[in-house]
Amino acid sequence: MKIDQKKVIGAKNKNLHDFIDGTKQSIPIALGYFPVSFTFGLMAVKGGIPVWIVILISMTNLTSAGQFAGTNLIIAGAGYIEITVTTFIINIRYMLMSLSLSQKLTQGISNIKRGIMAFGVTDETFTVAAMQKKDITFAFMTGLEVLPYIGWAVGTSAGAIVCNLLPETLQNSMSIALYAMFIALVIPAAKKSKAALSVAACAIFLSSILRWIPLFSAISGGWRIIIATVIACTVGAKFFPMQDVQNE
Amino acid sequence: MNKILIAVFLMAIVTYIPRVAPLAIFKNKIQSRFLTAFLGYVPFAVLGAMIFPDILSSTGHQTSAIVGLVIAVILSYFERSLLLVAVCAIIAVYVCELILAML
Repeated sequence: MKIDQKKVIGAKNKNLHDFIDGTKQSIPIALGYFPVSFTFGLMAVKGGIPVWIVILISMTNLTSAGQFAGTNLIIAGAGYIEITVTTFIINIRYMLMSLSLSQKLTQGISNIKRGIMAFGVTDETFTVAAMQKKDITFAFMTGLEVLPYIGWAVGTSAGAIVCNLLPETLQNSMSIALYAMFIALVIPAAKKSKAALSVAACAIFLSSILRWIPLFSAISGGWRIIIATVIACTVGAKFFPMQDVQNE
Repeated sequence: MNKILIAVFLMAIVTYIPRVAPLAIFKNKIQSRFLTAFLGYVPFAVLGAMIFPDILSSTGHQTSAIVGLVIAVILSYFERSLLLVAVCAIIAVYVCELILAML
């Protein structure tokens, strides 16, 4: 009995430790989300959506590109199908991320826990989780997701409320925040790993071709990301079958 | 109002499905070395494809976007935090747009 108790306490401590570890690593993500979600709040309220719905969008969607696009379509008065399909296409990339994440999870995580973790998978939480050297536990992942979720909601609320107080130039400037965060995630990894650098460079090259060559102009932003990702990862897996990124 | 709420609900569903489906379906490790490597590279590819060239049209002017891009790349190279990189890029774009407006 005593041993069992110790085991239980040990497991609890490990959970708490993992949760706190995740939370610590998520602080920069949560802070980085602020300007991005702030911009979203501004944009949506300016487009005529009531403040509480704008905040609801952030709290139920928790995705940058998808909810920006979907909300723009709502503002433009688009139909349900167009809104749903566009949002879905932009979000298909999460399938690749969740699939990638599923391979890094510790064994024996229940369906309910998987369902909870899945809600907070974003480009940034996924990237940080993917770059861990250890396997990912439920406690770590939820710890990683909770502050960014709060940051996203609070940032949206702030942007929605102060909407008209900011000059337009400043509003324009804030749109770069999301991309700056992506850059801050990818460059340090690319510095350390030739494979990561090659894959990212390949994806950038493909995405530029798909965007600029008129032949491909019918391809939407969401599909462009998916096509570039699949090809770049295939090339990466062919030339660098060892994942030096995670095993260094 | 109801129309907006329905649209928001639909968006939430199609955002959640791609996130949850693979986690619910793939509970064991995939054995193929090729696939494992492929999935390991997904974050870098996705980030690369999302950044460029979209960043160029994210601000009021392409020039200011390029300035923001360069600042973000330099700070990231020196491994500054996400927040610092984001805020400095915003400031750089803002200053650049102010200058452009005066020209």
